[in-house]
Amino acid sequence: MSLEIQTLTNLYRTMVRIRAFENAAETASQGGVSAYGKAADGSAKVRGPLHLSTGQEAVPAGVCAHLQRTDYLTSTHRGHGHTLAKGADLQSMMSELFGKASGTNGGKGGSMHIADFSVGMLGANGVVGAGLPIAVGAAHAQKLQRRDSITACFFGDGAINRGPFLEALNWARVYQLPVLFVCEDNRWSATTASGPMTAGAGASARALSLDIPAVQVDGNDVLAVHAAAATLVAEVRSGLGPRLLHAITYRVKGHVSVDLAAYRNAEELQAALKTDPIARARAKYLALPGALAQELDAMEQAASDEVTTAVRIADAAPWPDAASAFTDIQNTGVGQWR
Amino acid sequence: MTYAQAAALALQHEMTADANVIVIGEDVGRGGIFGQYQGLQARFGAERVIDTPISEAAIMGAGVGMALAGLRPVIEMRVVDFALCGMDEIVNQAAKNRFMFGGQGRVPLVVRMPIGIWDASAAQHSQSLESWFAHLPGLVVVCPATPQDNYSLLRAALASGDPVVYMEHKTLWGLSGEVDVSQTATLGHANTLRSGANLTLVSWSKQVQACASACEQLASEGIEVELIDLRTIWPWDRDTVLKSCARTKKLLVVHEAVQAGGFGAEIAASAAEATGCRIQRLGAPRIPVGYAPVLEAQSRISAEDVAAAVRLMLKSSR
Repeated sequence: MSLEIQTLTNLYRTMVRIRAFENAAETASQGGVSAYGKAADGSAKVRGPLHLSTGQEAVPAGVCAHLQRTDYLTSTHRGHGHTLAKGADLQSMMSELFGKASGTNGGKGGSMHIADFSVGMLGANGVVGAGLPIAVGAAHAQKLQRRDSITACFFGDGAINRGPFLEALNWARVYQLPVLFVCEDNRWSATTASGPMTAGAGASARALSLDIPAVQVDGNDVLAVHAAAATLVAEVRSGLGPRLLHAITYRVKGHVSVDLAAYRNAEELQAALKTDPIARARAKYLALPGALAQELDAMEQAASDEVTTAVRIADAAPWPDAASAFTDIQNTGVGQWR
Repeated sequence: MTYAQAAALALQHEMTADANVIVIGEDVGRGGIFGQYQGLQARFGAERVIDTPISEAAIMGAGVGMALAGLRPVIEMRVVDFALCGMDEIVNQAAKNRFMFGGQGRVPLVVRMPIGIWDASAAQHSQSLESWFAHLPGLVVVCPATPQDNYSLLRAALASGDPVVYMEHKTLWGLSGEVDVSQTATLGHANTLRSGANLTLVSWSKQVQACASACEQLASEGIEVELIDLRTIWPWDRDTVLKSCARTKKLLVVHEAVQAGGFGAEIAASAAEATGCRIQRLGAPRIPVGYAPVLEAQSRISAEDVAAAVRLMLKSSR
């Protein structure tokens, strides 16, 4: 098997696992939150706001392929793809979305706080841009402790208009930290298009103004993301300081799963769907000598089966013990709840 | 030794004992604007006593990331008023991390946020906001009143493994006192500074001094007040306070912070619920701290104010 086929195959597997996970979570979440003119009806298995990364799979797949287990990753509220690509256990993740004791967070966080510290995934975050300062702190520790690991920091296009973006990038450059900033630019800030809300040319231009080398890439072309990230991760890992990858993709779904995004221009969505990263990766793969369509079909089937099983197990799993609402808060003053 | 020197010595001892203890913040390399980091960068180097940009959100958030990665940062916010620029990082990140990620991580850090009215520093450099942080699950809140406590409580805060909001008072930096480095302190334990049967007086931070003066004056009038320095605002020492209230049947809580919504309200309500004692609060009026001396004075609580409040409580209960 050629290297290119092998690389594409691995990236494809990551992407279809993310897609299958998102589709299943989306189905299980309908009626889960009162917003966008919908009412929570008590029927949802995945409760609360669910932010889907459907259509954005190429970014985490292409970047995380270059990360080691010992590398750190900080994520956003739209973090399932980052978590899966970093190597978290899919079953534990699905159980967390269902709020079960066997979930990655014991049911304490759900989708918006999905995390798996055992693979260096330091958490999704309910606050836009909040991962940036945490990421530079983790990278600062890596540098002080002379580790050879790095930190990958994912954030969206909305985050670049928050102060912590500037503070964290400045910090990373001042101390020359081993951090790769990844702006996953899906072009929407909740229900507002990001373009009219953003002065200048966006994330990469802002990084360059701080003397942080930045690369802009088609975020729906998984091989392009993979190639760009290869260079940037190698530079960061060799101690050259921070780098920024600006990956332009598109948020196919609404802000949360019950948001149908009717405010959006239908042509814009149709155009974006034509650049679907999984379909494009498939076409690229099939054009290679030695490609076998059934390989990809088998991967999709395996991902679908894995997720179906995960949903069944998560649904049947027990809830957390109510007493766990009082654990893992702090060491000092345990028992003094009032 | 001064209150500021006691803190620097505590850090020196903790940094010597544990290479993972580091300091981050503005001007810490020069010893901090109050001398509370004096000598530390010379001793431990610029990699462990790290001067930072004026970026409170990044200072606080980086502290969280460092703590998750195994360091034990001491985070300098200069004054509590500036910590408000890092509120998401303190409130939504540091305080919530351990719980919301199901106990996967720990955030052992001490964030120093000096409080209090200080040398005509007006509305944005004079606040006492301990009750804000006491309201938040996940945080410990400490308000040391003496050099000894600033040594012992700072070490206890670093040893706790929790995110600790550590609030020194800006007019206490030069306060001198004996410091016994072998003396340890336990977070959540109050100090009963004097015993008395007539009334329980609870305070903390610099206001303990005004309360102690008031107690002297009242003793000369035959009024015996039990004075408790709370030391830790959360978890507060319910046991010591409530036992005292059960004996004296009267509680006065005094703090420099604005009285409305202040932590005195929490203590007073708890004491009334648990013991049925009479309660009274004495804090600042709900006004911003003014610049001109006559304006600033409107936010201050004097020993005379405390003594008057005690006399009034005892008079009206007869």
